[in-house]
Amino acid sequence: MNTSRLTRMILVLALAASGAAQAADDSASDSDKIEAYREMISDGNPAEFDEMRGEELWKTAAGPNQATLEKCDLGKGPGVVKGAYAELPRYFKDTGKVQDLESRLLTCMTTLQGLTEEQVAAKPFASDKKPSDISSLATYVVGQSKGVKMAVSVKHPKEKEAYEIGKRIFNYRAGPYDFACSTCHATSGVRIRMQDLPNLSSNKKDAQSAYTTWPAYRVSQGLTRSFQWRLNDCFRQQRFPEPKFASEATVALTTFLAVSANGAKYDGPGLKR
Amino acid sequence: MGNPMKIRASVKDGVTEVKVLMQHEMETGLRKEADGTLVPAWFITEVKAQHQGRTVLEAQYGQSISKNPYLLFRFKGGAVGEKVTVTWMDNKGDTRTDEAAIAA
Repeated sequence: MNTSRLTRMILVLALAASGAAQAADDSASDSDKIEAYREMISDGNPAEFDEMRGEELWKTAAGPNQATLEKCDLGKGPGVVKGAYAELPRYFKDTGKVQDLESRLLTCMTTLQGLTEEQVAAKPFASDKKPSDISSLATYVVGQSKGVKMAVSVKHPKEKEAYEIGKRIFNYRAGPYDFACSTCHATSGVRIRMQDLPNLSSNKKDAQSAYTTWPAYRVSQGLTRSFQWRLNDCFRQQRFPEPKFASEATVALTTFLAVSANGAKYDGPGLKR
Repeated sequence: MGNPMKIRASVKDGVTEVKVLMQHEMETGLRKEADGTLVPAWFITEVKAQHQGRTVLEAQYGQSISKNPYLLFRFKGGAVGEKVTVTWMDNKGDTRTDEAAIAA
C-alpha cells in the first residue's frame, strides 16, 4: 500500500465518521430546531389575519335578522369575549347542552342572526379557495383569551358526563385500523416522523401545551385551523366515519381534552409546522 | 389593492428592528388544480421599506417565498414616533403600502 492510497483511505474514514456524527446531531435537535423556528416567527403568526377577519365578522350585521354577534353569550354574559375560551366547553342553560366554542357560535348565529344550522355548517373549515366564517370567528374569540388560565368546569352533571364520554371516546378503539386517540397519544416520548406526539392521557404538561396552542396556523397548509378541524382530522387519520360538525361527540372529546389542560395559560392561536 | 400587512417597529440602542407580516397567496405557478389546470403564478416581486423617505431595504421576491411571508430586518437610526413604510408589488401589478410608527 503506497502512501497516497493510505492518505485517501484515512480521508474517507474521517469523512464517514464526521457524517455519522452529523446525522446523530441532526436527529437529536430536530424538535429543538422546530422550536427555534417557532420562536423566530412567533410574533409573525399569520393567524392574526384570521383573527382580524373574525373580529370583522363578529361586529358585522349578517343573516336574515341583520344582527351582529356582539350579544352572543359565550358563557360569561352576552357580548363578553375576553377570557371566554378559557372556560369552554361548558354547560349552557338556554340550550340545555354542554357546548364548545364552535357549537356555541353555531347557536348564536342561528338564534341572533337567523341563519339555519345547515347554512352555518356548510363551510365548517377553511380551505385554499375559501375561508370559513365560523372558523375565523373562533380564531378571533380564542385570541381574546391569550394569557388567561384554563379553567374548564366539570361541576355540572352534564359537564361531568361530557368529560366521561370524551374520555371514553379518547380510549375507544375502532375502525379498520383498530385505532383510538390513545393509540398515539397515551405514551410519552414517541413521535411520528419529525413530530413529537403529545401524551394527552397521562402527561399533564403535554396535554396542556397541546390544547393551549390550538387553534393554530398551519404553515404547511397556509391556513388557520380550528379545534373542530383538529378533531375532524384526527378521526380521519384513524379512518373513523367523519364526525358531524360541532356534534355532541366532538364536544365531549373537546371537554375531556380541555379539562386535561386546566391550570395552564391559554396561548393561542398557535403556529404549527 | 392587496390585504393589509402587520408591521411592528421598535428602536433600541440606535438600531430599529422592523417585523413585517404580509398577506399574500404567493402562488408559484407550478401547482395544479384537482382537474389538472395550472394555478397561475401570483407572487410578490418587490418589497421596499422606507424610513422618513429614505429607502432602508429593497428586496426582490420570487416563487420560493412562502405564503403570507414574514420579514424581519434592522437598520441604523430611527426614533420613537417616526414612520416606517413598507410597500410590496406583485407580478400582477398589484401593490400595497402600509406604515407603522416606531415604538420604544
